Amino acid sequence: MALLEIKNLGISFGGLRAVNAFDISVEKGQLYGLIGPNGAGKTTVFNLLTGVYTPDEGAIFLDGVNLTGKKTIDICRAGIARTFQNIRLFGDMPVLDNVKVGLHNHYPYSTFEGIFRLPRYYRTEKEMTARAYELLRVFGMEEYADHAARNLPYGQQRKLEIARAMATEPKLLLLDEPAAGMNPNETKELMDTIRFVRDHFDMTILLIEHDMKLVSGICEKLTVLNFGEVLAQGGTQEVLNDPEVIAAYLGE
Amino acid sequence: MSFAAHLISGISLGSVYALIALGYTMVYGIAKMLNFAHGDVIMIGGYVVFVTVSGMGMNPLAGIVVSMAACTVLGVVIERVAYRPLRGASPLAVLITAIGVSYLLQNIALLAFGSDPKAFSNVVTLPNLELFDGQLVIKSVTVVTVAVSVVVMIGLTLFVKKTKIGRAMTAVSEDKGAAQLMGINVNGTIAVTFAIGSSLAALAGVLLCSAYPSLTPYTGSMPGIKAFVAAVFGGIGSIPGAFIGGILLGVIENLSKAYISSQLADAIVFSILIIVLLVKPTGLLGKQVQEKV
Repeated sequence: MALLEIKNLGISFGGLRAVNAFDISVEKGQLYGLIGPNGAGKTTVFNLLTGVYTPDEGAIFLDGVNLTGKKTIDICRAGIARTFQNIRLFGDMPVLDNVKVGLHNHYPYSTFEGIFRLPRYYRTEKEMTARAYELLRVFGMEEYADHAARNLPYGQQRKLEIARAMATEPKLLLLDEPAAGMNPNETKELMDTIRFVRDHFDMTILLIEHDMKLVSGICEKLTVLNFGEVLAQGGTQEVLNDPEVIAAYLGE
Repeated sequence: MSFAAHLISGISLGSVYALIALGYTMVYGIAKMLNFAHGDVIMIGGYVVFVTVSGMGMNPLAGIVVSMAACTVLGVVIERVAYRPLRGASPLAVLITAIGVSYLLQNIALLAFGSDPKAFSNVVTLPNLELFDGQLVIKSVTVVTVAVSVVVMIGLTLFVKKTKIGRAMTAVSEDKGAAQLMGINVNGTIAVTFAIGSSLAALAGVLLCSAYPSLTPYTGSMPGIKAFVAAVFGGIGSIPGAFIGGILLGVIENLSKAYISSQLADAIVFSILIIVLLVKPTGLLGKQVQEKV
């Protein structure tokens, strides 16, 4: 079975069918692209996947576990992490602490131990700091550790969002328009980062993107959404050359 | 010497305001709501000590612990029953609910204990501090109050900055949605905030009643409002701000009482609030948020 299996997913907002009969199957280690015109329902699929919305119908399986209708934090614990279309870092917190928030569930100690600073507090915090530094080093961001996240350059903020998501130790990483607002150089660097995350962490990545250079450059498989429905699905080149897909993007 | 005495009693009163303001500011900073029932939790904390210590003859320290535990539970229950269902509702609805909870607590206390003031016995039984050959006497309750509020302020700051629950609180305060998607239990984090704020309120209640030993169902309301003023004065959401705001407010109030007019003291306190907010709307230590355009 594939790592991520979505079957017949659907949701309506009032009279609007935002996503309908959505099927997808993402293999472990795959770099999978979800594309489509604005308003096609791509981010809605991400929100369904992360429990921000509850689907009206259909089922979501991650690694064989049914996540349909689960709460956001349970889904995060089950192993889905994401970044956001508009960056949503904790801007006033230091870069290091942003990553540590991602580590939250993997390093347990109680509030009581935290208030009274019992030995386990010191031990666990030390481990967390070490782990957070390790992640920052992997992403080449160690030098920024003490900076407030909001003061980072744009490209670094995007990267930090990915690092923070990776801190939750996901099985599946969702990237929502990671290249939005980037210049061609930043986009190129981002492509390297995404590829690196896949190879280094053996990660499965599902990403939404409008930048066709990025999509055709790194995605192995694509699903095209249009008006909430799957328009095409398959290998990247084959899908991008599909006349129906071209028509949807460029108009008839 | 009388100036020093007034100053010290102002700092003492201010420390109580600071303790209460810390609870206000934490809850506001993290849950983004004004818990107007906070002042009444103080009063409940006072009654719990009154019942356990004066009524049941419990050791004062044990009484304080029981009171803090009771208020912790009370705070969590209030949050669970009254505020959590309104998460996502308009801030105005939450504010009105908080005022409702405040009156509910006052009336429950009125029903249980009646409206006549209870004589509260000072729980701080240490000897007073005498300086300058007895010219300046500092009451032990003053010393304890100031010490407690300083320790609590420092402890809270460290807790929020250095522990993972503290980081979760900061994350929730910045972006609830993103925090949740990073695996933070938002409701749990807010509940912990209320628990801590309410246990501090109990502590404040005990110290307040020890310094001003008369307890009625309305004991908490005026200090509650003044502590709110102190929190805004210092910059709401800021822990050191609440502390500084509380101390300043207490000192201003006491010096006004001593040197200007005791009737006008409250008016002066609130006028200063208005002036500070006109000059610096975010309060003394509040951060200026500049919108990026």
